[in-house]
Amino acid sequence: MIFVTVGTQLPFDRLIGAVDAWAGRTGRDDVFAQIGPSKLRPRHITFAPFIEPAEHRRHTQEAEVIIGHAGMGTILGALELGKPVVVMPRLARLGEHRSDHQVATADRFGARADVTVAPDEHALAGILDRLEQLHAGRRISGVASDRLIQTLRDFIHGTTAASPA
Amino acid sequence: MNQTKVMAVASGGGHWVQLMRMRPAFEDCRVVYVTTEPGYADTVGPGRFYVVMNASRWNKLRLVGLLIQVAWLLVKERPDVVISTGAAPGYFALRLAKLVGARTVWVDSIANAEEMSLAGRKIMRHVDLCLTQWEHLAAEDGPRYAGAVV
Repeated sequence: MIFVTVGTQLPFDRLIGAVDAWAGRTGRDDVFAQIGPSKLRPRHITFAPFIEPAEHRRHTQEAEVIIGHAGMGTILGALELGKPVVVMPRLARLGEHRSDHQVATADRFGARADVTVAPDEHALAGILDRLEQLHAGRRISGVASDRLIQTLRDFIHGTTAASPA
Repeated sequence: MNQTKVMAVASGGGHWVQLMRMRPAFEDCRVVYVTTEPGYADTVGPGRFYVVMNASRWNKLRLVGLLIQVAWLLVKERPDVVISTGAAPGYFALRLAKLVGARTVWVDSIANAEEMSLAGRKIMRHVDLCLTQWEHLAAEDGPRYAGAVV
């Protein structure tokens, strides 16, 4: 199963349209997409605008690969379950988000073997044709780095000085 | 159980996922969770759980509603520490936390790899501790870097 997810805030029709066209072309019939608040009605894949967090997790668990926008919920959700993930960044100039921070996110996380970046829908189509080549990583630990945890713990218990304002 | 009360605030999606990864930092405290997604209720285990309105800076009316909800929760719960990863609910909670004497920490989302988020830049001067998750964004007069959620 392929799980496609674009978060709940905004539609991402460029991504959904590309996956839908690919499924139509290849006959792939086990794609489920969470498409957000979109008017798009995909023809070749099953879809829902929103799904419950538990269902989101179950789809991620069952999928062989996750395709999504370059949001941290999508990326961390996939890595926590050891799934390969393909991300396409939303672009502000196309009205897909309010800034281009997803391009930066994709650049940084694309350095990982288990995160593949599709800069645009054409690249995405090419990646979809070669899904079997994607690498799954090991599940990442479920918690933040020791240093971050310790820093927050020290702050909470008042054992560190506040940072200069 | 440590009696320190922590209010942990994040909107749904990536902000929430990141906040959940910081849980070991406050596992021995009393924790109050505040988010925009009711479906997270069964993922937090013990601890109080509140849902507030989903609002962004593009919807002024909802922002006012959110502000009132967050202010009410602060007065009701009186946390010792408020922590947030973003976005609007966390911004309000941290801005108002001083009213109940709480100490405040903002952890800017790891999604912001090129510059701090807008909310992060606005809240920076008002919080006791401001962290970025990217070492290259740390600055003497800006956020500190102290590790990341991944």
